[in-house]
Amino acid sequence: MTHDLSEDITGDQESKNYQNKSENTWREYFSFNTDHKVIGVQYMVMTFIFFLIGGLLAMLIRAELLTPESNLVDRPLYNGLFTMHGTIMIFLWIIPFNAGLSNYLVPLMIGARDMSFPLLNAISFWILPPAGLLLLSSFFLPNGTAQAGWWSYPPISLQVPGDQFINGEFIWIVSLVLIGISSIMGAVNFVTTIFWMRAPGMTFFRMPVFVWSVFSAQLLQLINLPALTAALILLLFDLSFGTQFFKPDANGDPIIYQHLFWFYSHPAVYIMALPAFGIFAEVLPAFSRNPLFGYRSVAIATLGIAAVSIFVWVHHMFTSATPGWMRMTFMATSMLVAIPTGIKAFAWTATIWRSKLHLETPMLFAMGGAAMFIFGGVTGVMLAATPFDIHVNNTYFVVGHFHYIVFNTITMAIFAAIYYWFPKITGRMYAEGWGKLHFWLTFIPANITFFSMHPLGLQGMLRRVSSYDPQYQGWNVIASLGSFLLGASTLPFIANMVGSWLYGPKAVNNPWHATGLEWTTSSPPPPENFQEIPVVTKPPYDYGDPKYSVVLDADNGE
Amino acid sequence: MFSVFEYVLMAFYVAVLMIISRWIGQQAFSWMPPQATTEAQRVDDLFSFLVSIGVFIFLGLIGIMVYAIVFHRASPKDYSEGHPSRGDARLEILWTATPTLLVVWIALQSFNIYQQLNILGLNQIVHLHTPLESAPAYAATVSDVPKPASETIDVFAKQWDWSFRYPNNVTSNQLHLPINRSTRLNLQAQDVIHGFYVPEFRLKQDIVPGRKINLVLTPIREGKYRLKDSQFSGTYFALMETDVYVESLDKYNQWLTQTANSEQTPANQAVAENIQPPKTLFNSGWYTVAPAQPAVANKRKLTNDT
Repeated sequence: MTHDLSEDITGDQESKNYQNKSENTWREYFSFNTDHKVIGVQYMVMTFIFFLIGGLLAMLIRAELLTPESNLVDRPLYNGLFTMHGTIMIFLWIIPFNAGLSNYLVPLMIGARDMSFPLLNAISFWILPPAGLLLLSSFFLPNGTAQAGWWSYPPISLQVPGDQFINGEFIWIVSLVLIGISSIMGAVNFVTTIFWMRAPGMTFFRMPVFVWSVFSAQLLQLINLPALTAALILLLFDLSFGTQFFKPDANGDPIIYQHLFWFYSHPAVYIMALPAFGIFAEVLPAFSRNPLFGYRSVAIATLGIAAVSIFVWVHHMFTSATPGWMRMTFMATSMLVAIPTGIKAFAWTATIWRSKLHLETPMLFAMGGAAMFIFGGVTGVMLAATPFDIHVNNTYFVVGHFHYIVFNTITMAIFAAIYYWFPKITGRMYAEGWGKLHFWLTFIPANITFFSMHPLGLQGMLRRVSSYDPQYQGWNVIASLGSFLLGASTLPFIANMVGSWLYGPKAVNNPWHATGLEWTTSSPPPPENFQEIPVVTKPPYDYGDPKYSVVLDADNGE
Repeated sequence: MFSVFEYVLMAFYVAVLMIISRWIGQQAFSWMPPQATTEAQRVDDLFSFLVSIGVFIFLGLIGIMVYAIVFHRASPKDYSEGHPSRGDARLEILWTATPTLLVVWIALQSFNIYQQLNILGLNQIVHLHTPLESAPAYAATVSDVPKPASETIDVFAKQWDWSFRYPNNVTSNQLHLPINRSTRLNLQAQDVIHGFYVPEFRLKQDIVPGRKINLVLTPIREGKYRLKDSQFSGTYFALMETDVYVESLDKYNQWLTQTANSEQTPANQAVAENIQPPKTLFNSGWYTVAPAQPAVANKRKLTNDT
């Protein structure tokens, strides 16, 4: 996948159209700008702020769990904390961050000037800040935030003070519906863009795997998100307008809500994870200097994961009055997920095998994330086995498992992506030493924190408890201390990003000698991305090409 | 692709992995709470099996990664290609087939074990159609003949209180179960979804208001356990616990007769905390549902406290 004008790949000529604007560019990010690159950065920076908020909530939760008794926050506040932590981390950090990263990269990777619907793109971003602020504002309500967990199962979510129309749960639902609208708009945009905006010669099997994964994830948004929106609207009617869809004392059925909810929220895991796998597929070849092993099967496996993930939602409900035939059916389908994900994990490993490894920060994060994904995947297969799941369902084993996925895999992949594309996005190079420090400060505490949750779950400590039996204290203290370190690990990252963005050394066009159309543009890319639309003649991950192997210019911004 | 020496090395590595994963799989039993029901033994066998397979795969892939990090580092200026291979149909078929066979194996094992649990009494609430009745091949310790439960106890869950009604109409806040006899629990919830969970029993069942849900279990280990609410049920969720006693049939019957004649004093953690909240650093003062008064509680004679 190269572009025919064989510009020297490491030429550090500055982009002409970006010069004398540097003192004004920050204003663009606070404006209604329709350029996908600006929107991408807006998404990424805003969601990172929500990530910090969500992380603070998590540290409060862990601080409460340092001791068996409830002594830091009172119980309603504790329930509000874990509800908001889950909601923020999923709906205001990972999903929109992936949308932002995809926004930035997809047009560049497929050789397009912009997304299909730039205006819709800007709208879908600008829905998010109000929705996020609305959600946070519920902390200041007299009776606080939603307190029913991010699942918000009825009837517990419907137990709010009856005399208040505007309550935490109401705000939670409205905010989530808004975020859902934003996601749908984004999904329409991505699927259309990937279908229609590809450069000449960019066939489906010449697309980078990252584009494949965005495509699969956004298809899932289109197919499954309406189920959640429907569930939330029905829940809102039950909550505020006296209907009885989910009220058991009035012949409603609370289990229906669980089905609707998980029909979206299981695929949501893959909406979060697939782009992360896509990031691994970009970063690992670049730093191992090998083509991605079995590119075609990895691309198909990406779609395969998306397809299978639509039919596994009941595995979240194995104990929810689910009949045996349904338990067994969904156990079988859940097991199927292991096949395409296994193909991916083996392909990553084979890419690293007999390679020429360069262990820069993005590679460290990608390898660390891939390694921990294997751990999370193993516990995932265990959880798919119904008899075992019945024991650990709703315990910390599950919490440990999905944090291995959402933090140790997806957030690590996100960090890998930030470091990997940072020179492209900002035109400057980050500080490598600080990056490595950040990796070790993330990798080790993350494992300490989330591994500790598995033994707790096996011993039967339930999730969402604000106080627990003294026998569980040991592992809880370890997990809490790990989580405080994890919170501290973001400080070198922030310092590195802010400092490098402002004062870092100028980056060359392709600091990693990587393939891919995004590296053929200047850093940062010009407003229309390409001087002329490239013509693609080669398959992706073309790492044998001397063009990428021969270093013309030793200075690559390190 | 590989030299003879590398094949030998790989075979050796796989053998070592098998030994290690087998050993860790054996350790897995000790990570669980004590086995207090026949169901628990089955679940732990399955867990041990899953741990063995999981450790094998995890260490196998991590080993390759570590090997690559140690032996395949490039010098900083070397951007040439590692190996020109873009894929290998045989290898890809192999690694597609491997997880497929593995998960089929895991699924069959789990299905077998689930069938045994089912026969022992994880019976269903809604029979949309009868599950396949295939008797599992191996049944070492317990006879798998379906049998009606010898005791039936009604379980009532409400925010945040457990109460139990025994066959002789005694109601108590404690769950007493006779050992080595199958007991049917009729689970009912009053307000929100609760969950019946005793870690040592390895059984968990959500209790949905408006539905009658049955759970049959056979305790095999005397002792005192804690029953917990496993489905988030609101403010005092963490306090919705009560004692479970597994005791000999004589003791059980003795307790029943005693309780029938003893006075009742309600006592409930959630109620107590609602009246007298503990001191916390941050007090939100947010609304909470008032805990339901416990239906009944029994002051027990000391003779039963074992």
